[in-house]
Amino acid sequence: MAADGYVDHAPGYVANEGPKIVTGRFGYEDSHRLARFEATGGYEGLLRALALAPGAVHQQVRDAILLGRGGAGFPAGVKWGFLPPGRYPYYLVVNGDESEPGTYKDRLLMERDPHQLIEGCLIACYALGLSQCFLYVRGEMALAQERIAAALNEAYEAGYAGRRICGTDFSVDVVLTWGAGAYIVGEETALIESLEGNRGMPRLKPPYFPAAVGLYGQPTIVNNVETLSNLGWIMANGADAYRRHGSESSPGTRMFAVSGHVRRPGVYEVEHGVTTFRELLYGDNFARGILHDRELKAFIPGGGSAPWFFPEHLDLPLEAKPVGAAGSMLGSGAVVVMDETTDAVDAALRLVRFFARESCGKCTPCREGTTWLERILQRIADGRGRPSDIDLLLDVSDNISPGPYPAASDEARGLAAVAFPPRQTTICPLGPSAVAPVVSTIRRFRSEYEARITRRDAIPVKAAS
Amino acid sequence: MTGPAGEGPAVEITVDGAAVAARPGELLIEACERNGVYIPRFCYHPRMASVGMCRMCLVTVDTGRGPSLQPSCMVTVAEAMAVETESAAAVKAQNGVLEFLLINHPLDCPVCDKGGECPLQDQTMAYGPGESRFVEEKRHFEKPIAISATVHLDRERCILCDRCTRFADQVAGDPLISFMGRGGATEVNTFADEPFASYFSGNTVQICPVGALTAEPYRFKARPWDLTEAVSTAWVDSVGARVSVQSSRNRVLRVQGVDADAVNWGWLTDKERFGFEALDSDGRVTGPLVRDAATGALVPASWADAATRAVEALSRAPAERVAVLGGARLTNESQYAWAKLAKGVIGTDNVDAQLDDGLPPELVLSLPRATIDEVCRPGGVIVLLGGDPKEELGSLYLRLRHAVVSDGATLIEITPRATGLSGLAAHSLHPRPGETAELMRALLAAAATGAADGGAAGCDRAAIAAAAAALDGEFTVVLGRGSLAETADSAAAAAAMLAGRGSVRFLPVLRRGNVNGAFDAGLAPGLAPGRTLLAAGTDRLAGIWPRVPARPGRDARAVLKAASVGEIDVLVLLGADPLNDFSDRAVAANALDGAGSVIAVDLFVNDSAARAADVVLAAAGPTETEGTFTNIEGRVSPMAQKVTPPGTARADWMIAADLARRLGADLGFASPAEIRSEMAEASELHRALTPEALAASPVEGVMLAGTQIPVPAVEAPVAPGSRGLRLVATRTMYDDGVMLRHCPSSRGLARGPEARVNPAALYRIDARPSTTVRVSSARGHLDATLVVDEGVPVGAVAVGWLAPGAPANALIEAGSPVTEVTVEAR
Ligand SMILES: Cc1cc2nc3c(=O)[nH]c(=O)nc-3n(C[C@H](O)[C@H](O)[C@H](O)COP(=O)(O)O)c2cc1C
Ligand code: SF4
Ligand code: SF4
Ligand code: FES
Repeated sequence: MAADGYVDHAPGYVANEGPKIVTGRFGYEDSHRLARFEATGGYEGLLRALALAPGAVHQQVRDAILLGRGGAGFPAGVKWGFLPPGRYPYYLVVNGDESEPGTYKDRLLMERDPHQLIEGCLIACYALGLSQCFLYVRGEMALAQERIAAALNEAYEAGYAGRRICGTDFSVDVVLTWGAGAYIVGEETALIESLEGNRGMPRLKPPYFPAAVGLYGQPTIVNNVETLSNLGWIMANGADAYRRHGSESSPGTRMFAVSGHVRRPGVYEVEHGVTTFRELLYGDNFARGILHDRELKAFIPGGGSAPWFFPEHLDLPLEAKPVGAAGSMLGSGAVVVMDETTDAVDAALRLVRFFARESCGKCTPCREGTTWLERILQRIADGRGRPSDIDLLLDVSDNISPGPYPAASDEARGLAAVAFPPRQTTICPLGPSAVAPVVSTIRRFRSEYEARITRRDAIPVKAAS
Repeated sequence: MTGPAGEGPAVEITVDGAAVAARPGELLIEACERNGVYIPRFCYHPRMASVGMCRMCLVTVDTGRGPSLQPSCMVTVAEAMAVETESAAAVKAQNGVLEFLLINHPLDCPVCDKGGECPLQDQTMAYGPGESRFVEEKRHFEKPIAISATVHLDRERCILCDRCTRFADQVAGDPLISFMGRGGATEVNTFADEPFASYFSGNTVQICPVGALTAEPYRFKARPWDLTEAVSTAWVDSVGARVSVQSSRNRVLRVQGVDADAVNWGWLTDKERFGFEALDSDGRVTGPLVRDAATGALVPASWADAATRAVEALSRAPAERVAVLGGARLTNESQYAWAKLAKGVIGTDNVDAQLDDGLPPELVLSLPRATIDEVCRPGGVIVLLGGDPKEELGSLYLRLRHAVVSDGATLIEITPRATGLSGLAAHSLHPRPGETAELMRALLAAAATGAADGGAAGCDRAAIAAAAAALDGEFTVVLGRGSLAETADSAAAAAAMLAGRGSVRFLPVLRRGNVNGAFDAGLAPGLAPGRTLLAAGTDRLAGIWPRVPARPGRDARAVLKAASVGEIDVLVLLGADPLNDFSDRAVAANALDGAGSVIAVDLFVNDSAARAADVVLAAAGPTETEGTFTNIEGRVSPMAQKVTPPGTARADWMIAADLARRLGADLGFASPAEIRSEMAEASELHRALTPEALAASPVEGVMLAGTQIPVPAVEAPVAPGSRGLRLVATRTMYDDGVMLRHCPSSRGLARGPEARVNPAALYRIDARPSTTVRVSSARGHLDATLVVDEGVPVGAVAVGWLAPGAPANALIEAGSPVTEVTVEAR
């Protein structure tokens, strides 16, 4: 630890070189305390915002082209504009349910810099004229809950939150709640159901956005933790400064959680839209290459629900559009790396099992289909596969997500890319998520399936007693 | 149906290439069905909000942005929408959904009650895969589990369509069953230690699209293809819910709800649904009985002997010493036959279909009426003046609930205690017993001046002022009888005050079976058929009836008081049980003992008949005789004969005709149809009841509207000045009545006796909650468990009317404005 209390490497987070917009304080031991936050420019953005008219704050966010970090990548400023005028009260709901396999960036933001998140919430509330904000944190994240609770106490005491914030006549109540352990409540309408005390099951669309009908039937903005954590910096430094980082259509930085077979796994703050996957996985500043110098087999660019990429896709930039066109998504910013020793069937089974267990059970294709996929894969993995199982897996997948499923190109096999997103017979995208590993692995590694199905030694033979 | 399909110009859409005119706001699945294109479905139900869960109704929809699969139960039609219900994508998706639903579905069809009428079977045949590709072990659950006293759930068969759970939550307001677990382990279940004890549980069995939910009365009794059905009307209360009566080999095995848009929307209470069990029970009277002089027991007799004994008694007695009580059980036609026998042949006007448990008939018949639809109008204001619809008229409760929850109606309840609707009411006022008229006077004064002067009848000023403000515009009144521990006078006076306000209309909700038909047939003192006073109807009846009583006779209270002092020679009980249903048990007992002869015409030997009947004439039950029924609105709908009566039991009108013949008169009709045509002659009201009209509207029925009776002057009784605790006695869904006693599935559902008091009144009682207390009046006492209940007015003690072993009428003196009681520890 350096004399000023700055540590350059903390578990889960890697302090790489480059601009720091949301992880700047992560190195401090006391980064979660108000004193450190204030000493490092905290709440300056809020004060700047309070000096402006709310509309001007909204305009700054619009100008910054702040893309949502929860998965869909929708610009926050545009989403905020969907609030129907005059239908008060509006609510802000912070999506801190992060449970996507491979993703662990929001947890760090909540644990390491809760005040930065609270500041973001307050700025959003001010810009949109609302006075109640709900912070929904994943049930298992005890430390994050504790730190946010403590930070809220500090913020209330110091007059940053609550009544008459910083002496103005702007008042906001920030309510901390947490889930009971279900991935699906990360989906924004399921999260709202859960907040209302109901079973966490997605609502039907239309209405397509909670901005029209949300919490308790009122217009509601749901934003991701990382999205909101950017607001303090944007207000303190201006939209222009923000747009000087990253690419033109994806400004700023973005957090990527790299996991799997790399030398230096961790969360990196990366310039948005300009860095490539190759740099992220192999660069000295980042993950530093595949563990034990093995070959890269495949990587998932955007969390467990994203279709897989392969070595030939390493030069794509970390930017939503090209990644989508190439057949996958940046999703929640989780890059899962698999080396040549990875068994494609086992990996697919592991991911499908997750989605099958986390299906909320509301719609038939997801509830029954994902469970069936898991059982077929389990059977194949157990050495009891049938030759017809591969086509069966693909057809069951097609009944969950009909038509060509998004996939990366595969020149060797003469397969073109199928662009994101998938179609669905389901209510929400969870069902189709389970299809991603199935289709990705069968397209690329069909021979592994075949070998697993036909190899004699994979069949468990009861030893004679 | 209930979809938001509204008014306005038609919406042009294309369905499978054909142009179709849809209604604005209509759901696509409905628009297609109305135009002959059926889209398969499981979760969609026209009477409940869509949930889009089963995904069976996916079709290809193009609204200009390219074709995509959409659940047609969720999509509302839009101009120029193009729909392909049989596109390759839709066919594949539907086939896929069926395969998914079947992978875990057990192969129970040969032993499943639903087999033969199962939407899963049918749609699998029509849209499903021929074979399963599923080779794993199916999901297993313990099968079946009892989720209530009547309903069983087989979770292996469940396809998780959310119909039962949605019904319980949204329609009935009893969210006692719910989804649990998630993913492939999702199941429907009850919460620990909380059974699915809902008055409406049977509806879930009917709407379950598979055989996952079954009900005790029908389980394993029949296969659907062995059943034949007839549309009829539920008889256990006065709502007139439409039902399908289903029988096999001359036995009724099942009753299901029929969707009458104006009445019950397909829903039934469990009492309406399972009440048929009593008709087939061992306790049924299957032939005439007479009292054996030697042993004092009722013994079987021939019809000739029994009728002779009855006629001997009748012909000896002067007309004014004959009385006929009851008749609400009967069809309109039998009621008319009995009215003609009593008033036109015997010549007595001592006839009353009520047992002092309703409201004055001239008042009820004089009021301008509202239909259920008019009461439940979206955005309307409803005043509930009377009892608890959830306990008394369950299928009306569901309509009222829907009006408030989904259609923005405002409910103001003025009831003796909290009701099943209190949680939804905008204003709940519970006057001190006997003081409803005082409260109404204060309310109307406050409505007129815009401010309340003070409290009244124990209700505070602010509550009165707030409720009065809601009475500003138009409203309808649901008018029933509240507490039976006070006379109807105060409530009747309150209703008359409202009747004075120009635009107010009433839905009278007297609860007993076909009591409305009985009034219309003239089965009440002072009435001629057709909502006409006796005096006014005399001329018209002259050529039709042999005679017409000159003066109005006695009502039930006066009849029983007279009988108890020996002034009644023959007391005919037309399905009446004064001992249990009359307000004053002591008077009822003395009347039964004091009457010269007692003749019971009934399906059962009820407690009164057992005690005193000299002759019991076996009557045919509601599924055993053809006729019509008149509901609370005045809507007449058919009662179907589905089976023959047991033994030698006969339709009530036949019994009347037989007795008349033996008395030397000819009633002049030989079938219900002939009775109906005579009714049309005898009463202006019944002229609308033509065979054509009945045939034209077999489900909705024929409305009989209008009245010849002016609103009578009703004087409000002086509010009692007493300071003691006053009794509130109200009806409950399940009680110790004779029908329920003979209904295996409802037996045991009646709650034990409870004495409910407001927590603020506990200090006046020297006993602890949950212990047994004795409630005593000058008249008698009963023992009950003390329960604290904020819904009871502070100065009152509330009991159920006929709790097993604790009849409330043991405490009540007939005709007294309130019943004062004391409560003490036992
Ligand atoms: C199955 C599923 C899971 C999701 N999980 C999360 C999550 O854990 N955290 C999150 O922020 N968004 C999650 N989302 C996305 C949210 O629905 C929503 O788009 C997001 O919170 C919006 O915030 P943003 O606009 O700031 O990105 C999930 C979506 C789906 C369909
Ligand atoms: S797709 Fe799966 S998670 Fe989403 S609503 Fe349907 S069952 Fe629930
Ligand atoms: S029990 Fe029947 S009605 Fe209830 S969810 Fe299952 S299939 Fe649907
Ligand atoms: S009927 Fe439309 S989704 Fe079930």
